[in-house]
Amino acid sequence: MTRFSAFSLFAKALGGHQSWPEQWPDASPKPAYDAIIVGAGGHGLGASYYLAKKYGITNVAVIEKGWLGGGNTGRNTTIIRSNYLYDESAHLYDHALKLWDGLSQELNYNTMYSKRGVMMLAHNVHDVQSFKRHIHANRLNGVDNEWLTAEQAKEYCPPLSISPNARHPVLGAALQRRGGTARHDTVAWGYARAAAALGVDIIQNCAVTGIRRGADGAVEGVETTRGFIASKRVGVSAAGHSSVIMQMAGLEFPLESYPLQALVSEPVKPVFPCVVMSNSVHAYMSQSDKGELVIGAGTDQYVSYSQRGALHIVEHTLAAICEIFPIFRRMRMLRTWGGIVDVTPDRSPILGKTPVSGLYVNCGWGTGGFKATPGAGDLLAYTMAKDEPHPINAPYNLDRFRTGRLIDEAAAAAVAH
Amino acid sequence: MLLIHCPYCDEARAEIEFAYAGEAHIARPPDPAALSDEDWTHYLFIRSNPRGRHHERWRHIHGCGRFFNAVRETVSDKFEVTYKAGEPRR
Repeated sequence: MTRFSAFSLFAKALGGHQSWPEQWPDASPKPAYDAIIVGAGGHGLGASYYLAKKYGITNVAVIEKGWLGGGNTGRNTTIIRSNYLYDESAHLYDHALKLWDGLSQELNYNTMYSKRGVMMLAHNVHDVQSFKRHIHANRLNGVDNEWLTAEQAKEYCPPLSISPNARHPVLGAALQRRGGTARHDTVAWGYARAAAALGVDIIQNCAVTGIRRGADGAVEGVETTRGFIASKRVGVSAAGHSSVIMQMAGLEFPLESYPLQALVSEPVKPVFPCVVMSNSVHAYMSQSDKGELVIGAGTDQYVSYSQRGALHIVEHTLAAICEIFPIFRRMRMLRTWGGIVDVTPDRSPILGKTPVSGLYVNCGWGTGGFKATPGAGDLLAYTMAKDEPHPINAPYNLDRFRTGRLIDEAAAAAVAH
Repeated sequence: MLLIHCPYCDEARAEIEFAYAGEAHIARPPDPAALSDEDWTHYLFIRSNPRGRHHERWRHIHGCGRFFNAVRETVSDKFEVTYKAGEPRR
């Protein structure tokens, strides 16, 4: 692996950039590993990296049905924030946010993490009260979040319409300045490159077809389309397909999978300085470094694995965008796409051990998993290495649905479910 | 957008006329207090979420207003059949 630096870029440029080595090898499965991660998205690759880096478990395989980072890692709207209401959530998401800081340096890969601020608009009295409650709760947890008046919001994001006659009047906004965006693909690529350099095998085009359990019920390995791979530790980080994989181990999970759509406009010059979310009218938007406006829509109402959604969902979101940002009314949209998100009843993830010995899970991130990528990877690695959850992810167990100790996080949804 | 056949109106209409109402054929236990925590959890939270045939409820909310059941393939989103509430599972 060639380390990226100004010097190596310059040296390779002299050769016309022809001599870069591959960033990670396309591995074939070995018969056995110390640990297997199912799903080569940001979360799974992150877990493999931290297993190797922090816990010295380098004989690890990451198994991916399709291609690396081709699921929700490559389909989300790249928003990063941690202004969640409950203590458990604040700890979990802020743990991730702290890891985003310095991630580019740690991986020697530019994740393009940009702390441009995430602003959530309040359109009615209920929003104002709810956001202020969030701000106070966040402060108590050491998470930055501040209240802006409508004028201050306009100053922070000039394209915003704060006309009192607007269909969705802006009464104020909650701003998390540490929030922002990152380049989604580079997170997967950066983790893949760093993990592969530590000895992790990344095996693409290899679908898991079964989970083999021994006479004692413990995991012995996974059946795949490329043969059986043995391992006493299997971590599942398969997003929308998590419940399908868990059923292979005989486990029923409180998950439902829905299509979630996003879209981008044609690229324009820098015009939109931050991330703006508007939960009550179902719109959120930022501008990528390429210049496209990146817009997130809502989930479709029905369970599906189709990875595409209906047009009326997109139309609803764009109608709200046009009202809040009249400047964009004549923008043309380039692409829309969908991903499958696994949603739990309380909108909080399930991250930890399962009733099956040796089987670990990281799922249920719903519509908001990207922001947690480094944190989820780190905590899944910890849980797999120690066979017990970290205090941060201990509340995110499967048993909470039996005990009733839910983490009923309405703020988990950037959009209403 | 889905085209959904309402078995009461006997007409295929656009999805925006309908509200999805979750998995079908999940009966509320007659005596919840008699259930174990595991069974109650199962009733409240566990859904089959299949990649394949899914039994689900829809309500023709901007039409006849009635609930009915449907079988839909969750990868292609194609409806196999819709049938009236109370009819046996297809």
